[in-house]
Amino acid sequence: MTVTVAKEKDNFLSAVRLFAERRGGSDPAWLEKLRLDAAARFEQLEFPTTRDEEWKYTNVAPLLKLPFRHGLDFDSAGATAESLEPVTFCEARGSLLVFVNGQYAQELSDVSEISGGVIVSNFADAFAEQASLLRDHLAAYADYRDEAFTALNTALIGDGAFVYLPTGKIVETPIHLLFLTVSCESSNVSQPRVLMVAGRGAMATVIESYASLDESVYFTNAVTEVVVSEGAQLDHYRLQEESDFAFHIGTTEVIQERESIYRSCAISLGAELARHNLSVALTDEGTESVIDGLYVAADRQHADSHTSIDHRKPNCSSQQLYKGILDGRGRAVFSGKIFVREGALHTDARQLNKNLLLSHEASVDTKPQLEIFADDVKCTHGATVGQLEDEELFYLATRGIDAERARALLTYGFAEDVIKKIRFASLREQLDRIVLRKLHQNLEVQ
Amino acid sequence: MLEISNLHAGIEGREILQGLNLSVQAGEIHAIMGPNGSGKSTLAKVLAGHPSYVITKGEVTYQGKNLLELSPDERARQGVFLAFQYPIEIPGVSSANFLRMAYNEIRKHRGEEELDPLEFDDLLREKMKVVEMDTSFINRSVNEGFSGGEKKRNEILQMAVLDPALAVLDETDSGLDIDALRIVANGISKLATPDKAIILVTHYQRLLNYITPDFVHVLFQGRIAKSGGKDLALELEEKGYDWIREAESDRRVTA
Repeated sequence: MTVTVAKEKDNFLSAVRLFAERRGGSDPAWLEKLRLDAAARFEQLEFPTTRDEEWKYTNVAPLLKLPFRHGLDFDSAGATAESLEPVTFCEARGSLLVFVNGQYAQELSDVSEISGGVIVSNFADAFAEQASLLRDHLAAYADYRDEAFTALNTALIGDGAFVYLPTGKIVETPIHLLFLTVSCESSNVSQPRVLMVAGRGAMATVIESYASLDESVYFTNAVTEVVVSEGAQLDHYRLQEESDFAFHIGTTEVIQERESIYRSCAISLGAELARHNLSVALTDEGTESVIDGLYVAADRQHADSHTSIDHRKPNCSSQQLYKGILDGRGRAVFSGKIFVREGALHTDARQLNKNLLLSHEASVDTKPQLEIFADDVKCTHGATVGQLEDEELFYLATRGIDAERARALLTYGFAEDVIKKIRFASLREQLDRIVLRKLHQNLEVQ
Repeated sequence: MLEISNLHAGIEGREILQGLNLSVQAGEIHAIMGPNGSGKSTLAKVLAGHPSYVITKGEVTYQGKNLLELSPDERARQGVFLAFQYPIEIPGVSSANFLRMAYNEIRKHRGEEELDPLEFDDLLREKMKVVEMDTSFINRSVNEGFSGGEKKRNEILQMAVLDPALAVLDETDSGLDIDALRIVANGISKLATPDKAIILVTHYQRLLNYITPDFVHVLFQGRIAKSGGKDLALELEEKGYDWIREAESDRRVTA
């Protein structure tokens, strides 16, 4: 067993070495050092197994067995502006960064709407002018010392997406970071990396999406770091719409400073196996977090959401609503941790996870966890797993709506609870369509 | 329009309707009254096709067709409407979308063009005046967070939009204040045209102060124990159901 595991890791280790050789000398010294540190850690770490508590219900062994080819020198592989239409948003066409198979695709990106000191660029372009910002923040939050997937991503940082909002800047246009995979001769691995820094009092909306133009097998290992400075407000939508045969491991690490507001909505629709780790640290007083999620797992899909909300200081609030829809032999995992540290008085933390099972074979493991070390706090959590109610279906039937459409309408309504909170109309409508498509239904609900 | 003969039906192995007969013609309003547990709501649910109820005996003919063979949604498309005693909440689905979908299903069945959202909006606003509902309600989720009275008014609104041939109203008057009762009664009266029939299932006489039924039936132990005109409702209001109970037990002893 151990031997096999080592062999599986060899594939990734050789990719890391090859990458270091190829990139040697072409990046800033601090980045090379960071990559070497991460590579050294990756060599020592093992990929998680189901014996690890945090990975108990998600087995990555099948993913590690696949003979992936590391995307070191792909071109845009035939993706065109037209082919991107279904995976982009009309409000963000001039504030769009596109990465194809892990590589920055300048010809598909368009940041013409971005101005006034706001930076939306790939790392390579930012290294020259914003070296200190990147050096200070990149890999400062996502833990590559103990997490194998994060170490792997960090050891392979070549390019990535960088968003910077200067102090007090309000960006009305939503910013879209698109990570696209298009089919290659062999299964591709890409290591998307995102860094977002919202300066003091700045406000913006960022959509981070993962998509594919075909139904191929590939592996996306993404790491995103987010800093929301004092008084800043960031709306962050994460849309995972990979191919149904893909593997997606994503980590989002968020640091919130005093009186900042961070609203997250993580939507998981694609991939055969998807895992998203979201950690939010409320590091100072008066911080507010709204952490929503929606996962849809159809037949044979596995969607795992692990969240951790860390209340470190008094007078902060977090509200979490994660909803899941499971069909066929779809499977989901929700693990939601809330920490209330010593002294984090008047914390208001709420968490709710609701699951809808559409078939008898579908299943979900849900695990809310509260760890409270402070007095005078308000904390609630709950989890439900249910099916469509017969009385609801009957009610719709008595209004002339047939069983299939009634099921779709109720399922859509279940998801809508999360979708309706999205503050951008076109994104909301696009998500409505995507969710309905996922449910194989064409309901006219807009 | 509707012929029920010797209907036996029950739920979970318990027979509740025990040989019910009822004949309803177009243009008629029938009130079905009776004590709790007499089978009033069962009758309403059986007519709408609730899957939990099992028909063990008897026939129901609607517009010349065997109603019991039709699925609930098929019955609705053919003009049978049930106003629920406890309307169901549908989170995440706006009333406008829900009603348009239901309305278009019925139009499709009739071979008519479906209405687009704008056309439907005009119709909906018109019908909303009937139940004196605030227009803000159309974008709210169906029945979610509605008061009891609002839910009942919403049932009447749905009835007004779907324009059924046969409307069965299950305790629509219960839980209503005087204003809501007047609004609901007004909505029902608007539907009472010569080509339609209405069955009002009610525990109390008060709705009948606003709507004059052509027939009043007293349901007792799963069958109609007594039928009469509107005066019977007044008599029941005055004397309660005990005299029916006594008459029935006498009848059973004699039989």
